[in-house]
Amino acid sequence: MGGGPAGLYLSLLLKKADPDHEVVVFERNPPGATYGWGVVFSDRTLTSFREADPKTYTQITDDFIIWDAIDVRYRDEVIRCGGQVFSGISRKALLSILTERCEELGVGLEFEHEIVGLTALSDFDLVVGADGIRSSVRAAHEDAFRPRFDDGSSRYIWLGTRHPFDSFTFVFRSNEDGFFQAHAYPFDGSFSTFIVECDEASWRRAGLHEADEATSIAYCQELFSSDLGGHRLESNNSKWINFITLKNRKWHHENVVLLGDAAHTAHFSIGSGTKLAMEDSIALVDSLETHRDIGAALDDYQLERKPRVERFQEAARQSQTYFENTSRYVHMEPMQFAFHLLSRSGRIDYDDLRMRDPHFVGSVDRWFLRQASDERLTPAFAAPPAFAPIHIRALPVSNRVAVNVDPSYSAVEGVPVQGELEVAARTGAGLVFTDVIAVSERARITPGCPGLYNDEQREVWRGALGRARAVSTASFIATLSHSGPRGATRPRTLGADLPLRHGQWGLVAASPLPYTRRSAVPEEMGRAHMTEVLEDFDAAARRASAAGFDGLELNLAHGYLLSTFLSPLTNHRSDDYGGGLESRLRFPIEVFEAVRAAAGRMPVGIRLGASDWARGGIDLEDAVDVARRFEERGCAFVRAAAGQTVPGFTPRYDPYFLTHYADRLRNEVGLPTIATGDIATIDHVNTIVAGGRADLCLLRV
Amino acid sequence: MNVGVGLPTSIPHIGANRLMEWAQRAEAGSFSSLGVVDRLRYECYEPMTSLAAVAAATERIGLVTMVVIGPLRNDGVLAKAATTLDAMSNGRFTLGLAVGARGDDYDASGIPAAGRGNRLTEQLVEIRMHWERAETQRMLARPHGPKLLVGGMSDMAFLRMARYAQGYVHGGGPPKTFARAADRARTAWSELGRTGQPALWAQGYFALGDDATIDRGLDYMRDYYAFTGPFAERIAEGLLRTPQAVAQFVRGYKEAGCDEVVLLPAIGDLDQLDRLQDALSGA
Repeated sequence: MGGGPAGLYLSLLLKKADPDHEVVVFERNPPGATYGWGVVFSDRTLTSFREADPKTYTQITDDFIIWDAIDVRYRDEVIRCGGQVFSGISRKALLSILTERCEELGVGLEFEHEIVGLTALSDFDLVVGADGIRSSVRAAHEDAFRPRFDDGSSRYIWLGTRHPFDSFTFVFRSNEDGFFQAHAYPFDGSFSTFIVECDEASWRRAGLHEADEATSIAYCQELFSSDLGGHRLESNNSKWINFITLKNRKWHHENVVLLGDAAHTAHFSIGSGTKLAMEDSIALVDSLETHRDIGAALDDYQLERKPRVERFQEAARQSQTYFENTSRYVHMEPMQFAFHLLSRSGRIDYDDLRMRDPHFVGSVDRWFLRQASDERLTPAFAAPPAFAPIHIRALPVSNRVAVNVDPSYSAVEGVPVQGELEVAARTGAGLVFTDVIAVSERARITPGCPGLYNDEQREVWRGALGRARAVSTASFIATLSHSGPRGATRPRTLGADLPLRHGQWGLVAASPLPYTRRSAVPEEMGRAHMTEVLEDFDAAARRASAAGFDGLELNLAHGYLLSTFLSPLTNHRSDDYGGGLESRLRFPIEVFEAVRAAAGRMPVGIRLGASDWARGGIDLEDAVDVARRFEERGCAFVRAAAGQTVPGFTPRYDPYFLTHYADRLRNEVGLPTIATGDIATIDHVNTIVAGGRADLCLLRV
Repeated sequence: MNVGVGLPTSIPHIGANRLMEWAQRAEAGSFSSLGVVDRLRYECYEPMTSLAAVAAATERIGLVTMVVIGPLRNDGVLAKAATTLDAMSNGRFTLGLAVGARGDDYDASGIPAAGRGNRLTEQLVEIRMHWERAETQRMLARPHGPKLLVGGMSDMAFLRMARYAQGYVHGGGPPKTFARAADRARTAWSELGRTGQPALWAQGYFALGDDATIDRGLDYMRDYYAFTGPFAERIAEGLLRTPQAVAQFVRGYKEAGCDEVVLLPAIGDLDQLDRLQDALSGA
């Protein structure tokens, strides 16, 4: 069912595999009717097409328009990144090649033949739903396929133009209504697809929600006039729509199978759904040839394709999210804006881009160094972005790599272990964070945690810093923390959050909620307690300053004392320190201000849980709000962490995942931001900092 | 990286004598450990009981479960069995635990599969508490008891591992699949403020010899993994069937940072050990 590329290609491949098959395509529209303009293929797809059917492969590639660059037009600069080979063809030409080949091979083509309900097809051994996102085949077995639809938040419209774009071009334009972008690419010698996209608010301000087709086109034409070289935008029954991502739990049921858009969709910004659809066709024919049993073949097809398509959909989702939120990045300079765009999906990183276009990445390196070092002139050459310096307030940091001291939990009475800071300093990182330092004896997580609550500890830190400075140019940040309900546990050598067997001390928290089932119940902090803790933080900050640290980080994350105030999951107070975000923030802010006052010239930043990763907890929107409050009070940087505020959180250990949090905090709040998570290579660091997703990265060494 | 070998406890028609002979030959070779897998509804020996017998017949080689399906067992009984194995083997035992992948094992034991992840998390703490009791302490060969490993591919499995175990045990696949899991394990570990790095264990299946032997190995894998439906064929495709494939696999895992890989036999013939030993000499 469905005479689009997926259905036609499948049919011709099936007929080719065995001419005795009776293959019929039912299509409700007449031949030649088509929506949309051009189709894009990435370079890699073509090999499988050649193997599947050399004849159509040759015909399709003969018709191809090929380009090898992506242009980003932004703030009247055009930034080109080469080595991105794509090819385009008009949808109409593609369909006519496939239709002709079907006819030649003897596939039955029933145009203008709409099938209602699947009973009419009960004579067939296999029924294929290749009938698009509104598939009626799928609808007939909705319970079995279990489709899920996700509506994108931005609006877009498919248009065409005779302006001959010579590459895949992204155009960004702003006006008094908002921020707009176009995705343009050539598909035959004289015509280009031109998709205009914008967020809902800009769309409404521009009055496009009430505009008819002609008015919409006129609006876009005016907006993008300088990019169209005097050419008009043309319509093809064009409407403003939201992109719908479709996933199906199952792709087959009995003898019915879905492929192409009927089975899955992926945002247009990452390449055409046509590519995925035709690959589905190849895989389905392969499975049918390998397995005599239809059920086994369909199982095999789903196993082969579903994981691949889902990986693709994940990349598409990242890309879609980027395009839905481009207005967040309008403060970026063109070079960073372009790099961020090109690395948006998480699939293409710095090293990939360098391989594709060393010249472009060289320009990024030089631009990055220039802005990082506040130079007026661009240097002739530069090391990759990870090696560029940065200032956090007045504190110079020699590169973009941060490391944590590996916690050993072997301090004795809060006196830090000699040599640990030095080991971290020798990594070459620009910024070294201590293990979390307790501001009082009871603030320790374990009896083996270091502290800054007496003068002996201060002096040992001073000595350790001296030795660490002798072997590196790193800057050293002391992380001050109070363990709260996660205190009085054993050193984390055999496990975390295992309560001490002997020598427990009393715990405190915003509310009397034990951290795990086995943890002691903490005491709800009263005013006297709070004053005491404030004084402890104040004294620790003074000692850190006297010991010679370069900066301080206040730990507001991971279920320790201050985070218990922040998160509604752990703060059930009914006084001024509980309730709404403002009240829950009160005590952490009091502590921050005390520490900042005591810190003197040292910059003071925060470690913030950007999400509790738990239902009812802090989410990224709240975290942006929280970071703003601290920024207003002179916070110097933020480290984006997540989870652990309650032990039953649901983590995400995907690469780059915590980076998205850093990205939001950096680009919405404007604070220097440190990304954490699974960052283990300099390539990751380059990708993250060059794209302006964070300013520094905590490297797992 | 250490290389261990599986004990063919879950290959049908293998007699107990063969298992003992296999264990002694592995001990005489260069293998670092003997691994066993766990399954209720299949023709196979119980893993921990098998290792107890093997412990008596060997002196050097490590003994590891890869894995025991924890939630099928009572916490106290499991902790006790592990204590016994630690004592009987003089500290050679490593306890790998996971929730398992087969509904029929849960059905057969009358234990609900729902909530098994949380039960395993609790079980890890219970086992630890059990090992810390004074009377257990006197029995254990090592004060902290056997090393605890946790397997699984979900984010929650990695969290559970990082919170309460000493390492991660991977379920199999090409080296790059392992490398990805290893990254997740290390990330979960450092996020929780654990010291150093998690121990990383892994496994792969092998069958070495002529085509008929390899076919028998493939048939075994298709049968053992039949519960995964069409996926069984994919798992069977991963069977290491030439010395070169073994060498490449071992090297790939080593480069991805694996601490110990255990190669599980798909054929229980004793000459498989010699063939594997030969293949490893090239690795």
